[in-house]
Amino acid sequence: MSELNSKIPAGPLSSKWTQYKNHQNLVNPNNKRKLDIIVVGTGLAGASAAASLGEMGFNVKIFCYQDSPRRAHSIAAQGGINAAKNYPNDGDSIYRLFYDTIKGGDYRAREANVYRLAEVSNAIIDQCVAQGVPFAREYGGSLENRSFGGAQVSRTFFARGQTGQQLLLGAYSALSRQIKLGTVKMFNRHEMMDVVIVEGKARGIIARDLISGKLERHFGHAVVVASGGYANVFYLSTNAMGSNASAIWQIFKKGAFFANPCFTQIHPTCIPVHGDYQSKLTLMSESLRNDGRIWVPKKKEDAEANRHGKLKANDIPEDARDYFLERRYPAFGNLVPRDVASRAAKERCDAGYGVGETGLAVFLDFKESIGRLGRHVIEERYGNLFQMYEKIVDENPYENPMMIYPAVHYTMGGIWVDYELMTSITGLFAAGEANFSDHGANRLGASALMQGLADGYFVLPYTLQNYLAGEIKVPRMSTGKAEFVEAQKNVQLRLEKLMAIKGKHTVDHFHKELGKIMWENVGMGRTEARLKKAIELIRKLRAEFWKEVKIPGTLNELNVELEKANRVADFMEMGELIALDALNRNESCGGHFREEYQTDEGECLRNDQDYKYVAAWEYKGEGNFQLHKESLVYEETEVKQRVYK
Amino acid sequence: MNSSFLRFSSITKKIWMAFLGIFLMIFLVIHLGINLCLLRGDGGAWFNAAAHFMGTNYIVKVFEVVLFAGFIFHILIGIILQIQNWMARPIRYKVNNKTYTPFLSKYMIYTGGIVLVFLIIHFMNFYFIKLGWVSNPHISNGEPDFYLIAPELFIQPFYSFLYIVLFIILGFHLNHAFQAAWQTLGVNHPQYNNCIHWFGTLYAILIPLGFIIIPIFFLFIR
Amino acid sequence: MKLTLKIWRQKDAKSTGKFVTYSLDNISPNCSFLEMLDIFNEQQISQDKDPVVFDHDCREGICGMCSLYINGRPHGPDDAVTACQLHMRKFSDGDTITIEPWRAKPFPVIKDLMVDRTAFDKIIQEGGYISVNTGGAAEANNILVSKVNAELAMDAAACIGCGACVAACKNASAMLFVSAKISQFALLPQGQIEAKERVKKMVKTMDELGFGNCTNTYACEAECPKLISRSNIARLNREFMCAKVI
Repeated sequence: MSELNSKIPAGPLSSKWTQYKNHQNLVNPNNKRKLDIIVVGTGLAGASAAASLGEMGFNVKIFCYQDSPRRAHSIAAQGGINAAKNYPNDGDSIYRLFYDTIKGGDYRAREANVYRLAEVSNAIIDQCVAQGVPFAREYGGSLENRSFGGAQVSRTFFARGQTGQQLLLGAYSALSRQIKLGTVKMFNRHEMMDVVIVEGKARGIIARDLISGKLERHFGHAVVVASGGYANVFYLSTNAMGSNASAIWQIFKKGAFFANPCFTQIHPTCIPVHGDYQSKLTLMSESLRNDGRIWVPKKKEDAEANRHGKLKANDIPEDARDYFLERRYPAFGNLVPRDVASRAAKERCDAGYGVGETGLAVFLDFKESIGRLGRHVIEERYGNLFQMYEKIVDENPYENPMMIYPAVHYTMGGIWVDYELMTSITGLFAAGEANFSDHGANRLGASALMQGLADGYFVLPYTLQNYLAGEIKVPRMSTGKAEFVEAQKNVQLRLEKLMAIKGKHTVDHFHKELGKIMWENVGMGRTEARLKKAIELIRKLRAEFWKEVKIPGTLNELNVELEKANRVADFMEMGELIALDALNRNESCGGHFREEYQTDEGECLRNDQDYKYVAAWEYKGEGNFQLHKESLVYEETEVKQRVYK
Repeated sequence: MNSSFLRFSSITKKIWMAFLGIFLMIFLVIHLGINLCLLRGDGGAWFNAAAHFMGTNYIVKVFEVVLFAGFIFHILIGIILQIQNWMARPIRYKVNNKTYTPFLSKYMIYTGGIVLVFLIIHFMNFYFIKLGWVSNPHISNGEPDFYLIAPELFIQPFYSFLYIVLFIILGFHLNHAFQAAWQTLGVNHPQYNNCIHWFGTLYAILIPLGFIIIPIFFLFIR
Repeated sequence: MKLTLKIWRQKDAKSTGKFVTYSLDNISPNCSFLEMLDIFNEQQISQDKDPVVFDHDCREGICGMCSLYINGRPHGPDDAVTACQLHMRKFSDGDTITIEPWRAKPFPVIKDLMVDRTAFDKIIQEGGYISVNTGGAAEANNILVSKVNAELAMDAAACIGCGACVAACKNASAMLFVSAKISQFALLPQGQIEAKERVKKMVKTMDELGFGNCTNTYACEAECPKLISRSNIARLNREFMCAKVI
């Protein structure tokens, strides 16, 4: 086991980033033109990085699997973006944002990275405003803020319930400008299939043109992977249908370490599953818990009757209702953090008190607040969400309580990166949700947008330049080089192998099966036995997949099933690593809850003695992973227990 | 000429279309005013005075050229826009569009085309006579006497029927045209949108109605 | 529910396509329209037939990727939703559903129901941005924006670029899409500096790409899943006139 070098600059925490920038290497404008950078993914991190690097004068090639860079799933983020502007004068500061993020992450994030994130957060807001992002305003014309979970200050900037969309469109517009200027070349409907490594350094990728099905070789002096998270390993998640982990899984197989894969976030307020044909879960904003009360029936018979459609929620009398969050967490009530609320709902449903057709739902009731505040107030606050709910479920949430259930939403884990966002492969960088760096074991609301844009606008342009300063003498390589040919051949072989299976079951069949295994055993509550069982089941399923998957069509054409099969093949391997990491981490922290490790009241029991480290896994062949540890040192923060009672 | 037209941007063409449309709508009001003089039982005194003024005044003569140019460009641009619009969707949908849109707004080229047919007939009956291109038995003071010509046409039931139908269609054309012209010229504000809408509808009803009264008068009342 | 589907099938961009009729049974009314197509595709695959290709991604109505013309309406019979948010309960048992791709010259069909909408990206690349480099921005609160204008700008900025406006318009005009972007920037002080150049370039590109002309039928507004208003088109016309004349 080698010690991982995170390359954190020396000096006090608050001056590390300044020190870094003061002493980093630069590339002069003439040389920038001669250097090529490949960016994979056009979400907040990818688009902002490509635009910024293009502006600086580098040659950028950017890839996305969608038809347009504007479709990346960052677009679906609702709530907002944090920044330490302290406009409301409520005592916010860079340090406080840093501290809240570290604490919210349950002390499993790297201090220096998080501090830098907090430090650049203000510049992100400035940048986005200059780009014309229509943030909410006060009557005086200044920017408006609201409060969000996990903080005592109002530091969240927002554009209605579509902040992610507006920020992404801002980055997309900056990217579009560079495409027009010719500094960035766009490859839409292209999927990265593998990374090409020449003499130990990342030098390009193999991409598949999804329209023609042809494999292409692309050279770059450096490669940035910003392909998002891996929540779709659970099949049902709030991620987009196409969101996949293939890019990060391929670089993992080529030597980039994978850090903390078991840190997955489960969001408590999603619309429940309604049938086995369901393809996707829809998130309802966390803000609903401000006025809604969560409950299930006290009696199992009532729950059962409701499941069979014989007893309506409104017919269950007040004294037969169990407001379990208020009961268990009197201090925070319905406003406990995401992980806590999710686990409590699951506990009730597992115990047989779940409602709805499937029994996998709890009520979120607004009757009391409608009575107290009037329907118009609730309509004003949540009108669009109520309307969305009604469209999907076909039930009026003003009259009947909503039904909600937790769903996989975000993955804190990801590719291990150092302070410069470089992976363990030289010249290969990972940004945004694809890396592991800033959220520890649990991410706070409105922090994902902040991290994606921080990486793309304000970190990579510096750190990539520092790396490329050493590459100015490397001429553009021909993609006819043996390493490129070899990489392409391997991708070709893998795709041919998939096509040759011609089995009995569709790709979705296997994906759903995998999702079930993951959700039941590696979901909200994990135990040693279940994790071991999951590993066994995944291995079996994977073997079956490679024997029985059925892919229609051919290789050299638009073949959606082949695209899906390729992604699911990677999820099949990744699921095992997630379970293995969860098994290794004998503690509960943030989104990772091991039922063996809980307090008497059922709360997370962290083990700082043995597990205050980043678990970075190295690929050693299929189903064979080696653990490396990066110890976490907390100089500026006191490591404490999170209490919400 | 055609190619330089095509080079104008879509919005430029639309704006011309709107300006010309508004100009033509103003002309219609004047035209109606003169026509309504026919209803006066004054032996054509007012009517012929107006016709004489329109036929001899030099400013009106200049405007006549502008008016013709207006008609021609309005029609020409309309046709070019329509051809471009057809070209923008080379493969049509199988199921007809079921989107809710204002009544007849989709058929401006057709209502416009019918109005054009009417215009030609109208020219043959009146304007060409004035120019002397078509022979005419009613002459007074060396000028064609339209006060006598018009009733001759209107007492034919078929001609009157056609006249009435065509003005109803012109009404449809105007109803959409009025508010669309303002939208094209960028005049759209919640404060006065309703006003434009109602005024447009009123205009599109009153003007054709004014014209229609004349054949009815000659057919049934006189 | 039992359904008859008439779906446009086209092998690739070069082939000529045709409608093929299929029947589908046992569909839950709670299923979304795209989930219905998923079920259909599962059946196609198990019968060794080609699944139908259609664009989709987020399935929560925000990415703008889904693009189906269902029974004569873009995104189907429900108002203010994308096809992914349309549910089968909006149809009746025994219905025949005709599904076509977006039809417009600038949106060529790639395969089946999937079309190429890069024309929209090209329009944005011409000027759908404020030219500001990373790092050069002033303190955010130095730029004040009235709440009214911020809200109007947000109304316009809500556009998801799905292309339903083009698909619905009898002229395949992209005016609503272009006007949404023009309006967003026209309403903000940041957007003023490049306003004239922006509107001229974007309109020019829109025309060159072969979109039709606006004839104010407002089908775009009626079908926009994000309820973008026609007043934006009036604003675009205004901006364009000012840019050309003043």
